[in-house]
Amino acid sequence: MTVKIVFFANLREALGVDSVDLHISGSSSVSALIAQLADQQSPEWLEMLTAENIRVAVNQDMINEDVDVVDGDEVAFFPPVTGG
Amino acid sequence: MEKKIQVQDETFDLRSEYDELRSVSLKIGAVVTFTGTVRDLNEDESVQVLHLEHYPGMTERELDKIIDEAARRWDVIAATVIHRIGDLYPGDEIVFVGMASQHRGDAFAACSFVMDYLKTRATFWKKEKTTEGERWLTTRESDEIAADAWG
Repeated sequence: MTVKIVFFANLREALGVDSVDLHISGSSSVSALIAQLADQQSPEWLEMLTAENIRVAVNQDMINEDVDVVDGDEVAFFPPVTGG
Repeated sequence: MEKKIQVQDETFDLRSEYDELRSVSLKIGAVVTFTGTVRDLNEDESVQVLHLEHYPGMTERELDKIIDEAARRWDVIAATVIHRIGDLYPGDEIVFVGMASQHRGDAFAACSFVMDYLKTRATFWKKEKTTEGERWLTTRESDEIAADAWG
């Protein structure tokens, strides 16, 4: 199963990548997914993705607590918005 | 309610957006529009670009939700939100919000509400590019307070 992870703004620049396709076995919580990503990429990813100001959206809806993701889901990480 | 949401590189024409809002219904008695423009923040540094990034898909969904919330709170007959992305320059128009209602109270409140919520919820990010380098803008606490004030 594959989950698409996308990053935006300064977080995208800090990680040096727009998106990652992550293979997971069965369903996975967002926090487990972050741990798996950090294992595959680098320990710094854990720190950057769990920073206090980082927002998370699953399938383009903001989440405020840990949720499970399944095959085909899109998970986004980004800093606070600054449009308008 | 008639909704129009656009995220685009190109600029927009105030007159035609206003005319389009008005054309929705003869019940419209008030049209309030807001236009945000790019300020020149660093007067000492030459060549300034404001780069706008967004999350395609989610941005439009968030804007749609914000307009629906405004229509739940006030009488809104037609609503337009246009937000530009890409490279913008001081003086450029960046965002347009137009709300049409039967009466001005609803149109004023709805327009103000949509802007306050857009600022804190719509997935746009600004990066300033000057001769001195680049920097991502950070959230202003006053924007959070303004959005929270609507309850």
